[in-house]
Amino acid sequence: MKKEFKVIADLLPKNVRVLDVGCGDGSLMSLLIKEKNIEARGLELIEENVKKCIYKGLSVIEGNAETELHQFPNQSFDFVVLSQTLQAFYNPEKVLKDLLRIGKSVIISIPNFGYWKVRTSLLFFGKMPITKTLPNTWYNTPNLHMCTIKDLFHFCLEKNIKINKVIGINENRTSEIKKSNLETKNLFSKLGIFLLS
Amino acid sequence: MSDKLENIKKLNISKPLLLDCKQTVKDFFLAYETYGKLNEFKDNAILVFHALTGDQFVSGINPVTKKEGWWVTAVGPGKAIDTNKYFVICANVIGGCMGSWGPKEIDKKTNEPYGLNFPVITIRDMVKAQETLLDHLGVEKLLCATGGSMGGMQLLQFCVTFPNRTFSAVPIACGTSHSAQNIALNELARQAIMADPVWDKGKYFKKNTQPKNGLAVARMVGHISYLSEKGMQEKFGRKLQEKADYEFSFDADFQVESYLRHQGYAFVERFDANSVLYITRAMDYFDLSRQFKGGLVEAFKNQKTKFLVISFSSDWLYTTKENKDTVIALNASGADVSFAEIKTDKGHDSFLVNEPEFLKTLKGFIDSMHIKFKNEKRI
Repeated sequence: MKKEFKVIADLLPKNVRVLDVGCGDGSLMSLLIKEKNIEARGLELIEENVKKCIYKGLSVIEGNAETELHQFPNQSFDFVVLSQTLQAFYNPEKVLKDLLRIGKSVIISIPNFGYWKVRTSLLFFGKMPITKTLPNTWYNTPNLHMCTIKDLFHFCLEKNIKINKVIGINENRTSEIKKSNLETKNLFSKLGIFLLS
Repeated sequence: MSDKLENIKKLNISKPLLLDCKQTVKDFFLAYETYGKLNEFKDNAILVFHALTGDQFVSGINPVTKKEGWWVTAVGPGKAIDTNKYFVICANVIGGCMGSWGPKEIDKKTNEPYGLNFPVITIRDMVKAQETLLDHLGVEKLLCATGGSMGGMQLLQFCVTFPNRTFSAVPIACGTSHSAQNIALNELARQAIMADPVWDKGKYFKKNTQPKNGLAVARMVGHISYLSEKGMQEKFGRKLQEKADYEFSFDADFQVESYLRHQGYAFVERFDANSVLYITRAMDYFDLSRQFKGGLVEAFKNQKTKFLVISFSSDWLYTTKENKDTVIALNASGADVSFAEIKTDKGHDSFLVNEPEFLKTLKGFIDSMHIKFKNEKRI
């Protein structure tokens, strides 16, 4: 199981309603249902993944989060989860606004472009970084708006989005990120998970 | 045809049914068929609603037409809806012509077929009649109910009118109301029938005949709308029908013409022209939001049923957008809804033909719902 999903599951209370935007094959939803008795719904773009979810008995809507989030009413979920896709939207700001409208709280994870290996790759090799969390080359990456943990942190402050918790993941270690340790955590976390409201 | 209808299963509904047109009927027949066995826990029943020209003979060989059941691709032993596992029920809609109470049945008041004296019925009337069948068969709660096209419209109506009667539902290629384009196409079909002099204001039965030409044209309209532009082009193109050159006449030179004529006139053998009028009218009147002051959100309020809406990418009769509107309404009402669009060139017909991705999705959903329903029921 992905460490990221474990962290997300730990952030969620039991018996709540969760919308998983970009739910993939439903792994996270299955985990949340099993461990937290959560009422989970998914939105997924890729047809093959949609079917995998359906076969598992998960509730999933085939659709594009960029254009189809409007179908979900205001505050209709306790939590909305967006795992590693914010950077792939044409307009991440609009999507994030929509997520905050639909969910009472929002959990967003991002691959951290500020991670030291990413930085050194660009600095020493002069090439766009390819890592486990950023496996694509510059010409076929779905990521349009890469950002760092620090970027998203500042973005939330600027837009008056309440940051309830930020967790950094590096391999199997997790740590809480605060204003005071933001610089170091931004350097040593592969992934950042934000709990916003 | 009627003599062949005597041996089919019929339920006499004695409970009075108040129709939407305000007439009350009682003691009328609902013809139906079942496949597979209801298990001891009664958690394996699936109700299928048929489309405009369908009937109760979903699978196997239709005993009246001697042809394969209309949904033999999806229903049967080992099929997506596996009759070794599930108990499948399908009833001929009222207004139909496969043994259920319809315009060609005898009106006890006049001792001759109803013809246009048959009341104008609605999708809701059809569904209410079918609910009685569930009581008769001892099915309190269905595992699943499904249907495509008009079958899907009946299903949505069924879920709204009887919110707790099915655990899950798969509306296929349908919408919550009939669009202007669909009403227009239905009107074309009706006009074709009524323009046939044999129709005689619906009294053709007196001469023991049918407005064959009008009915065949009506069916041709349907067949064009069930295919996609691309599918039709690939299937027929400009191919000629068993000839090397044009005949410079109005015979069926092109294969597509021959196909339409064949489909049109084959239909005449098994369907009643007045039934087409009544059933298409019921489809046109269908509008779920009109039944509720608060619109669709109100209609779907408190739904416990788990929905899977399926659309087909090349369906221009009930487009993906229309199907998605149903999903949006269900979502807005807080219902549990899944949605999948099947990418195919086969048009609206996709649910009736062998479309593997569709069948896999249908099977995957129903099987997973069965596990959930068992867990809910047997604990």
